[in-house]
Amino acid sequence: MTTTISAQRLARVFVEVADTLVDEFDLIEFLQLLASRTADLLDASPVGLLLADQRGRLEFMAASDENVKLLELFQVQNQEGPCLDAFRSGTPVVNADLTEAKARWPRFAPRAVQAGFRSVHAFPLRLRAERIGAMNVFSASVGGRLAETDVQIVQALADVASIGLLQERAIKRGELLTEQLQGALNSRITIEQAKGALAQARGISVDEAFAVIRAHARNHNLRLGEVAQAVISDPDSIAEQLR
Amino acid sequence: MARLRGMRVNGVPEQFREVEALIRQEPTASEDDLGVAGGMRRLCGAAARALSASGAGLTVMVKDGMRAVTAASSPDIERLEELQLTLGEGPCVDAFASARPVLIPDLASAMARWPVYAPAVHASGVRAVFAFPLQVGAARLGMLDVFRSAPGMLTGNELGLALTFAEVAVATLIDGQDGTGNGEAGGWLDDPLGSRAELFQAQGMVMVQLGGSLAEAMARMRAYAYAHDRRLGEVAQDIVARRLSFATPRP
Repeated sequence: MTTTISAQRLARVFVEVADTLVDEFDLIEFLQLLASRTADLLDASPVGLLLADQRGRLEFMAASDENVKLLELFQVQNQEGPCLDAFRSGTPVVNADLTEAKARWPRFAPRAVQAGFRSVHAFPLRLRAERIGAMNVFSASVGGRLAETDVQIVQALADVASIGLLQERAIKRGELLTEQLQGALNSRITIEQAKGALAQARGISVDEAFAVIRAHARNHNLRLGEVAQAVISDPDSIAEQLR
Repeated sequence: MARLRGMRVNGVPEQFREVEALIRQEPTASEDDLGVAGGMRRLCGAAARALSASGAGLTVMVKDGMRAVTAASSPDIERLEELQLTLGEGPCVDAFASARPVLIPDLASAMARWPVYAPAVHASGVRAVFAFPLQVGAARLGMLDVFRSAPGMLTGNELGLALTFAEVAVATLIDGQDGTGNGEAGGWLDDPLGSRAELFQAQGMVMVQLGGSLAEAMARMRAYAYAHDRRLGEVAQDIVARRLSFATPRP
């Protein structure tokens, strides 16, 4: 993991994140971008984003890298884990050594170690007293510590994203974040359904199916949710098209 | 969105059971309370009561999306519910189309958005409307509308409750699809030991195996879990691992 992030790279990411908070905004696409860019800054450590639903339950929304193992690690944190701690306390959890975290997170820590990770970090997505979720960063290396400056940078990025989500949207288009969030949660379910449908239609794994869906979305400048919806509407013909 | 301040952080299965209990407590009308239709009317009645609303209505879109069935807490509300479908505009129409809630805390400010519907409903005394889609991912079944006679936003708790009412309605509708009606809807999507993602992946796989709809796929999975006394999450796991298939073998 990095110790210093170049100022130019950083400036570009902040501008890009702010620039996404405009018209035609899509919550999942935005979170996907945030996760990917944060992962880039941190030398490709997997980054995931969880948002709290109306009932205070953390739900997985987007990740820089998406596979069955990571998904499980994100999902288990609606019960315990660094994201839940960061979300509840409003303060980051940094450089938590997973090999020594079994007592703290009996379900999460062994799974994370088994998935090959050695340390974990979580940053709250918050604006003052308002808390909306958390950002999760995994590291596979023993020395995968985040330097203090990096901690500040990642938290700043999380803050910019939170301010954007909580303020700008509400003011600009009179659209409520609850509406966006519930729509995105449902979109997330559609993406999982589409992975399954495509996996079945093509005889591939769900991870492979997601790779196909994501590649198609990128190549055709479509949203993940749109491609997923198309897959569900007609899995067989889409399976042919995406070949 | 989780506005933690002043919010009761309940586990979702607990809220689900709470809402089911509210529906059970709802008094039955004389003639219509058997089966799914009666259940839906009572759900609307319980939702209106729990959300301090003047009424609640529910619309179920029938397969082709062209026809609809409505249920409501009172005949007046049922007329409002049907009006949206007749006019083809309104919060519930938008909620269904956009697959997300449409929350209108002040109907007076929404006249331009629905030029025919909003004035008509306003004239009948409605001041706030909250529409929630009945859906599980791409499976879209209908919508639940909550009407209030005073303007103002639902509180965080009320929003959570309304979303749970919508979830219970979805579970009831999906169970109605295969007629098993096993009555074990509690926390049906919230198997704490299973992965939610896996459940929906399995649903997509079964949809293709059956050549049917997502709703049918979930109904079959739930019926299978019930008949074999297994957790839905375990059944989903077996489907994704390809240890279990619902495909009819081709000759």
